[in-house]
Amino acid sequence: MREKILTYIEHNSKIDLSDLAMMLGCDQATVMNELEAMENEHIICGYPTLINWEKASVEKVSALIEVRVTPQRGMGFDKVAERIYNYPEVDAVYLISGSYDFMVSIEGHTLREVADFVSAKLSPLDSVLSTQTNFVLKKYKDHGIIMAEKHVDEREKVSL
Amino acid sequence: MRNPLNQTITEIKPSGIRKFFDIVAEMPEAISLGVGEPDFDTPWKVRDEAIYSLERGRTFYTSNSGLKELRVEIADFLKRHYGLEYNPLTEMLMTVGGSEGIDIALRAMLDPGDEVLIPQPCYVSYEPCTILAGGVPVPIALKEENEFRLKPDELEAAITDKTKILIMPFPNNPTGAVMEKADLEPIVELVKKYDLFVLTDEIYGELTYTGEGHVSIASFPGMKERTIYINGFSKSHAMTGWRLGYVCAPELIIKQMTKIHQFAIMCAPTTSQYAAVTAIRDCDDDVAQMREEYNDRRRYLLNRFKKMGIKCFEPYGAFYIFPSIAEFGMSSEEFCTRLLREKEVAVVPGTAFGDSGEGNVRISYAYSLESLKRAMDRIEEFIEELRKS
Repeated sequence: MREKILTYIEHNSKIDLSDLAMMLGCDQATVMNELEAMENEHIICGYPTLINWEKASVEKVSALIEVRVTPQRGMGFDKVAERIYNYPEVDAVYLISGSYDFMVSIEGHTLREVADFVSAKLSPLDSVLSTQTNFVLKKYKDHGIIMAEKHVDEREKVSL
Repeated sequence: MRNPLNQTITEIKPSGIRKFFDIVAEMPEAISLGVGEPDFDTPWKVRDEAIYSLERGRTFYTSNSGLKELRVEIADFLKRHYGLEYNPLTEMLMTVGGSEGIDIALRAMLDPGDEVLIPQPCYVSYEPCTILAGGVPVPIALKEENEFRLKPDELEAAITDKTKILIMPFPNNPTGAVMEKADLEPIVELVKKYDLFVLTDEIYGELTYTGEGHVSIASFPGMKERTIYINGFSKSHAMTGWRLGYVCAPELIIKQMTKIHQFAIMCAPTTSQYAAVTAIRDCDDDVAQMREEYNDRRRYLLNRFKKMGIKCFEPYGAFYIFPSIAEFGMSSEEFCTRLLREKEVAVVPGTAFGDSGEGNVRISYAYSLESLKRAMDRIEEFIEELRKS
């Protein structure tokens, strides 16, 4: 039940709860209670909206920054991650396996803003050994949704 | 000039529903719940495999029976899913959709005057294909009170000494009805008692929402030798346009069917066959996911109709729901035409699938929830207006 609710709202957090209840074969109150419980348990962490900023003609620059760090004694990577994710410019921070430690996704209004963040805030952090900034040139797909095109139903209207 | 046409084909009446379709065609803005094909795209890995096969230049004919590799995979799939055991080399034929299988099976088996029992409502091709093969179609009118399942007394009443084939169109288009194991048992007994053959069209088999899952009539003891099993990729794998199906049957029947197929068709589309290897081998999860989504929509529609107070039995298969509109005192076609004109929603009159579909309409849930919701809101308005007037 929970997994199904989550699967539906992951793709559409605006889904009508009475519709969802009808699909799951339960009443609306049950769905609402589950949602509330999952919000309290921080299973549901938020309901953001996926926006194609380019189409909205709003200038946005995003970058994926590969960061190598020295973990801190006794606290591993978590303390370093915290120093990074507390910056509001930072969109996402992932600890990853491979040749570097963190993947940091950041979003700013201009190239300068992003570059300044890296050189003035991220790189000078004590634990940061090196950074490599990759600017995003085009977003094709995000959160399982293809940004470029809207799906059109091209089937015949009626068929037996 | 002489009449250029064959008498049999000219006597087959075109689908009575043509008129209704023409109206739909004039209304491009109408919301449709009228299609008989999945809204999902074919899984990407299947499309990717097709592209790869084209890149590799695999654009030749395959053998008449179809790619051996594919038939071997299908045999494995049928065993895994339905407990059916077919020899992929001698008891299987790849066809151009399930529809070719229906056509050539009837042509390979019928002699003039042989009777074919056709439970209705059902898909529209069985009757004309029977006539074209020289047979005599004998409809069996299924009843809503039985949830449109075939009952043994209905079957027995229709059997004569000329009856040769029983068509089993389950899970059913348009009703969504299924035949569970307990429903099939007495049917199997009669088939054996009267020495009949069964042409079972299980194209919707993977889309079954009962606890026990789909049961094939071919899996009953002693039935394999009397069964022509039809399946394909159109509905289960969202591959309608690829035109790929298959038939499994006793070797002596497959042999004759292969002759017709060889002379009329040569082979099923090669690109589709290469793609289908991936579909049948690697897509169980994709199919399960589609089935789950269909099932959610099915429940959604059932609950909407329940709220509206519309009589509707619970369908456990395919992607159709078949509510009753008898309370409004008009024919199915009239109901659908008015719904289309007044609310711009297209659904299909039950009578498109046989006279016993009168009083019901077919609603397809091969649509996104948003489309279903929009259409159902309009249907609800329409129904409220009808009840008031």
